[in-house]
This record gives sequence, C-alpha cells and structure tokens, in this order.
Amino acid sequence: MAKVPVQFTLNGSEKAEFVESGTTLLNTLRDKIGDTSPKGGCQQGTCGACSVIVDGELRLSCLTLAETCNGVAITTTSGLAEGGVLHPLQRAFLDTFATQCGFCTPGMIMAAKVLLDHTPNPSREDVVEALSGNICRCTGYEPIIQAVLTAARANSQNAA
Amino acid sequence: MALALQTFATVKDANAALKAAGTRYLGGGTLVVRAANEGDVSVSGLVRSTDPALSAIEINDGKVSIGASVTMAAIAGHPDLGALARAARAVGGPAIRNMATVGGNLFAPAPYGDFAVALLALDAAVGTGDAELPIETFLADRDNSRAIVTYVRFALPKGDSFRFLKVSRIKPKGVSVLSIAVVLEHAGNGTVSSARIALGCMADRPVRARAAENALFGKTLDPDGIASALAAVGEGIAPITDPIASAWYRAEVLPVHLGRLLLG
Amino acid sequence: MELRKSYFADVRKDDLHEIGQPRPRSDSPGHVTGKTAYFADHNFPGMLHLKMVRSPHHHARIRSIDTSEAEKHPGVVRVLTARDVPHNVYTILILIQIGPEDETVLADGKVRWKGEAVVAVLAETERAAQEAAAKVKVDYEVLPAVFDMEEALKPGAPIVNEYHGQNYYLYDSGECRKVRFGDVEAGFAEADHVLEQSYQSSPIEHAPTETTGCVVMPEGNDRFTCYTNTQAMFFTLDNTSIILQMPGSKLHFVGGTVGGGFGGKVDVIVEPIAILGAKLTGRPVSFIYSREEEMQISSPRAAEKVVIKDGVMKDGRIVARKVTGYTDAGAYSRHSPYGAQKGAGHYPGPYTIPNVWIDTYCVYTNRTPSSAMRGFGVTIGDFALEVQMDKLARLIGMDPLEFRFINAYRDGDMKAHRQPTEGAALIECMQEASRAANWPVAEKFMAMSSYKKGA
Repeated sequence: MAKVPVQFTLNGSEKAEFVESGTTLLNTLRDKIGDTSPKGGCQQGTCGACSVIVDGELRLSCLTLAETCNGVAITTTSGLAEGGVLHPLQRAFLDTFATQCGFCTPGMIMAAKVLLDHTPNPSREDVVEALSGNICRCTGYEPIIQAVLTAARANSQNAA
Repeated sequence: MALALQTFATVKDANAALKAAGTRYLGGGTLVVRAANEGDVSVSGLVRSTDPALSAIEINDGKVSIGASVTMAAIAGHPDLGALARAARAVGGPAIRNMATVGGNLFAPAPYGDFAVALLALDAAVGTGDAELPIETFLADRDNSRAIVTYVRFALPKGDSFRFLKVSRIKPKGVSVLSIAVVLEHAGNGTVSSARIALGCMADRPVRARAAENALFGKTLDPDGIASALAAVGEGIAPITDPIASAWYRAEVLPVHLGRLLLG
Repeated sequence: MELRKSYFADVRKDDLHEIGQPRPRSDSPGHVTGKTAYFADHNFPGMLHLKMVRSPHHHARIRSIDTSEAEKHPGVVRVLTARDVPHNVYTILILIQIGPEDETVLADGKVRWKGEAVVAVLAETERAAQEAAAKVKVDYEVLPAVFDMEEALKPGAPIVNEYHGQNYYLYDSGECRKVRFGDVEAGFAEADHVLEQSYQSSPIEHAPTETTGCVVMPEGNDRFTCYTNTQAMFFTLDNTSIILQMPGSKLHFVGGTVGGGFGGKVDVIVEPIAILGAKLTGRPVSFIYSREEEMQISSPRAAEKVVIKDGVMKDGRIVARKVTGYTDAGAYSRHSPYGAQKGAGHYPGPYTIPNVWIDTYCVYTNRTPSSAMRGFGVTIGDFALEVQMDKLARLIGMDPLEFRFINAYRDGDMKAHRQPTEGAALIECMQEASRAANWPVAEKFMAMSSYKKGA
C-alpha cells in the first residue's frame, strides 16, 4: 500500500508521518500521532466532536484527508493549556459544569476558540451560531453557552 | 484497496484521472469522504485539482463567476455577495461551511444541497472543463456527470429580487424540511413580470416550480395575488421522505412557506 | 429559583454542607483538556477491525452462507459465523433467571430483524473489512414479517421468535404481567364519568455522541483485556463468560468512561464477538459501531401503546383505573420483559386508587430489538398517565393541580401492587411547584402533608 508523507505543526510542534493515502486527519492525529483529543462521533460531519483548527479555521478532521494538510498549523484541545495552566475556555467549561460525558467537549472548545479569536465579545446568538455544528447529548447546551460567554468576559477583563 | 487520493495541478489532468472506475472528485470532502467513512466501497479512488482558478470569485458588470472549490464560508463572507449570504449560511454549521464547496453542493442529494436551490432560482450556468450547461439541465443529468465542475456563473440579483428560505426543525443549524429560492422581477405597475422559483427536498434534487411561476405572472404580492401560485406550487413535486419529515408533510407545508417568503 | 427547605425538617438534619454547594466534577479536568481516555482512545499495533455483515431483510430463513470470497480478500484475517461462537444463543437477563435464551450472537438459520448480525469480518483495516463484508454471500428465503404489536398478538401472525413460540413473553402470570386490586368493574359502575384513551409512542434512539464499541487486547496468557463503553460492566462480563464458555477470571473489563449512554449501552452486543475475534486470531480487535449502526442497529427505547380507562367522581376522586400496556420488544427480549413488568407496577401512577386492573404485554415483532433507555417501562407510561390526568381534570371542570392533590398517594396508602407507600413527598413537591410556578391552589391543599394524620 502506497504511503504518503504528511508534515504539519500540531499545537506548535512539528509532526511528520507516513500515512496510507486516503487516511483522514482524525485517524492520523489519533492513531499515528497519539493526540486523541479529537473524537470520532459520527464520521459524517454531523456531530462536530472531531473539530480541530486548521490555519485558524474550524475544520472537521473526520472529513479532511491528512495528505491535504501539508504545511498547515493544527490546533487541538489537548494543546490549549500552557504550562499546566488551563486556557480560559477550559477553565470556564470546568467552572460552569459545561461537561458531562465529555465526549463533545474537545470539539466544543475548538468551535468556541475560533469564535473568540475572531469575536472577543460575542453575543449569545453569536455563541449559539458558532456552536451550531457541534452536538451535545447531555447538557442541553445551556451550560456550554454560558461557559463560552464566561470565558469571553474573563478574556476582556484580563485585557482591560 | 485503500482510498487513494491523487492531486493534480490542472483540471485537465484531474479529468483524465477521473476516467478510472471507482474514482470520485474530492471537493471539500463533506460528501465523498463521508460516504467512504460509512463504508461505501464503490468509492475506491479520489481525485482533486489544486488549480487556483477553482477558488476564484470574479464579479464584473453584475455578472458573477464562482469557482467550484469556493466554500460556503467564502461566499457568506464576501462583501459583494451579500444577497447570497443567507443561502450560503444555510449549509451546515461553521466547520462544514469552511469545507463544503459550491461544486459539491450541486451534487448533494436532498435533504442537502440548499445552496444549489439558490443557484437554480438564479438560473446559473454550470461550467465544466469543456462545456457550459444551464443548471437545470446539469442537475437533471448530474448522476452521469463525469467532467469536473469548474465554476458557476449567474447575474447578480438586483435589489431584493432574490429571496431564500430554509425551513428546519432545529435552529440555527438543522437539516432541511424544505428550502425555497425565488427571483422576482416587477413591471412598472408593481405586478410580477417574471418569477423563478426553485425548491429543495421536493425531489431528490432541486427542482423548479414552473406552474407556480406562471401563476404569479401579472399578479401582485398580496394574499389574493399569490393564492393561485400557492395552489399550483405542488404540481409535479415528489418530496423526499426521511427522518426529518415525510413526503406528505413536506407537500403540506410547502405552500405555507412559499406564501411567507412571497409576502415577507 | 430558591426552593423552601422547611419540608420534612423533623426527619432530617439541617447540617447538609455539601447539598446546594457547587463542587467540581472529578472528571471535568480530563474532559476539558482532552485527556479523558474513552475506550476508542486505546490503540494497539496490529489491531484488527471488525465489521459486521447484516441482514437486509426483516424476517428470512438463511439457506446458505458463502464466505469464501471474503476470506480471500486482501487484508482479511478471519471470518466468523454462528458455528464459531461457543454458546451462540443467549439472553442477557438469564443472569437473573429471566429466560429463555432467545437471541443469537451471529444469526443461525434465520434472521428476525433488518440489521441482525450474520457474519463478522476481521481485517487489517476498516476499509478491507468493509470490502470483504460486501463479498459475503448470504442466500435468504424471505419470510412474512410483522411490525405491529396488535397484529403480532393476533392468531395466525407470523411467529417472530421460535424460542418463545408465541409473539409475547410468557410470564409466570401468563401472557402478561397482571395487577389486580379491588374491583375495577364495580368502580366504573360507581363512577360519575368514565374516560378511556389510547396513547402510543415510537421507538426512540439514544444517539450518544460516542458510538457503541470496544477494543480487545489478548494478554498472551489466555486472558483478554476489553476496553469498553458498556454501561453494564459486570453484566457484560458475566454474559460474555457464558457466550464464550470462558471463566470470568480470563476476562478483564476496563470501562466506566462512557461518551453518552442514556441506557443505550447496557446490551451485551459488541464485546463477546470482539473477544472471540481476539481469541481466534491472537490479535487486538476493535469493533466500533458506525454512526449508521448506532442509529439503526443499537437498541432503541421500545415503542409502546398504553390504553387507560379511568372512572372519576365529580368531587375529583379517581375510583377505578384499568391500564393495558404493550411494549414492543422487537425480535428479541433483551431488557424488555423487565421493562413491561416495571410498567405493571408503575401504571397506577403516584395516585391512590381503590380499584385497579393492569395488564402489560411484552410483544415480539420483526423490528429492531428494543432495550433500556432512561426510565424504560415507566417514561412513556408517565406521559400517558399525566396527559390522562389533565383530560380527567378538564372532564370534571377541576384545576389539574388540585385534581392531583386529591388523588396523590400519601404515607400508609396501599399501592395496587401491595406495597405500602413510604416516604412519599408528592404533596410537598406539588406545594413547592405551586409556589414556584405561581399556580395557586386552595389553601386546604397547601395545608396537606404526605403524612396522614394519625397514621
């Protein structure tokens, strides 16, 4: 089976792997590189659990082929905490009880991060729209929405 | 056999590779990678082209040409395509819109393909490597289409002549119960001089509602004026049945939503 | 919303320092950093992928199975059929003596629902397993199928499951679970009004974000470690032990972290066949449902039909209640005989009614086997009962909440299934609901207590 080289940065560190042609980015991150923070929930682009940030844009890693990602910068939830200090979104998800089973959480945090990177002071509607591609079956969404709004407030207080 | 991907700089080379049995064109991946993930073993090879022309948006004299690889997010965020933003945002959630392409949407089976409904109402032309087809002709024969779609071209709708509505049970992002796109022109006396109405989920692909279009001609957009169009909009439709809604339900609510769109 | 704490002040200590205080969840730090390990986060070199060949028919006899082309497919390591499974016919509740064994791990001679597992393919990659599964040839003779519970109970209906012999679960009480209390016909005769209504529900899928699955590692000493998202760890271990005829000491189950379950992961479906695959190949095996399998194959909540007939007096007392409940088990029992039985105990609702008659049937049809989901056996019943309560209140022109106060069970009341009521708090819950929802009721109801005076 022909293997193809793939090179990108993951949470700031260089990665180079040989993958079978046609391998998804999700399987490459999880099985080859060992970053299991993106989850495979549907493999159909419906649940958002596999969401990662590719060059600043939210992407579904289950529908992205790894070999189309050469040279890109990828961010996953496992790379957000710096020096053991949680990212404000992680802190807010923890503090507002926005996780239950936790399976959707890494994807939710990715979608929320892209939102806050572009819209530091989002409205509730902005948050709902930004999370609309991510399914949570436990919380009923409200604590997650509150977590994102809480993180945004924390960010703006820090900036002030 | 693994699902091998071949990448080509030119559409011409990609088209040649697509002739092999079992190959499919990879746009944003939201259709073909999804199919492969679900175990569709009929897809054995993927082909894509990185030709930058596929990602271009050109606007000249009110004429728009959108490359087939342009994403829904790029259209929704384009300053000169504000009229289409609502239709582009109707597709998927934010991540899907960063991936799903104009070209791919032309092939999305109902209940997907909301943007293609808009393109049908806009009477777009669909360009392939060596030909250009009216979108209606293209959609009718899309299952046999082998040449890579390179662009769609249409006249930018004037003022508020273009209207779009997607109905879903979950907001803001849900799968379509139905979608409707309308392009209306008015005569000097305010009556409708031309109407194009396109419907999503009323067949396995977007379809025109010709009887309703004809019934609107010469009418004003008020409850009495649109009544005959609403009565006629169900002519010739064959709505899909899926977990979102039954064919019966879709047919029942179609005139209601068309009425709201026309009077809104 | 501030709730009063004065209820039952005499029977509890008021030094509860934890209740009402937010405390961090112990699993949250793992969740927000992506460090929590779910079963599928275990990945081993040389792991095989299991894909299932499934029945395309609702009911069919299997004339023959030809796996020869699949076995030759590149990447395929092993193909499993019914004859490879040591104890192929099982039922999960056999652990608590609820038989008969009525379900096959892999179909043997017959399929009874569309999607039933027939042949398992183990291959080096998911893709190879999918391709090989498409090459398995099964010759079916399609049989008449039955999808409606009342049709299934009619004489002459196609028999869904021969292990039962009839299309209902045979309880020790007969064709249904029965509760008899007082004289229900006398109650109806005495009533000012009688209202009979029928309620029904469709199957409901739990749709957890993480699909059902497991990863099995053979430890090289005839022991197998199974990483699983089952919600029923020891149930699964014990059933696997029976199915594989393997002592439980050879099975090491690792789980507890579940990406959403809601009752949908209590059936013993993926683990036995994956462990068997690992045993027969000596390789790690991964068996993970696709999203389509999760939606179509995993057990849903049962479809139910509930017929409620009530006799009510103008003063608000319900004097007779007759309920016939039907639970659609689908083709196999799984947890449904228990669910239907639970319904029998539950159907009078939290109300004290002097004359009660309840029959609940667990019915077999050629639909996807149903099983546990959040209060199964009572949830649909509660929907039906409370809609019925509103209808009854309307019928006699009474406030629906006051109507419930009149009928609410209180400590010492005998329930229809002969359990005396203890620790009831319905009155107090309704009092607080009345206050919180600003839905006032007469003062005499606000003065009531779950304690009966002198009781």
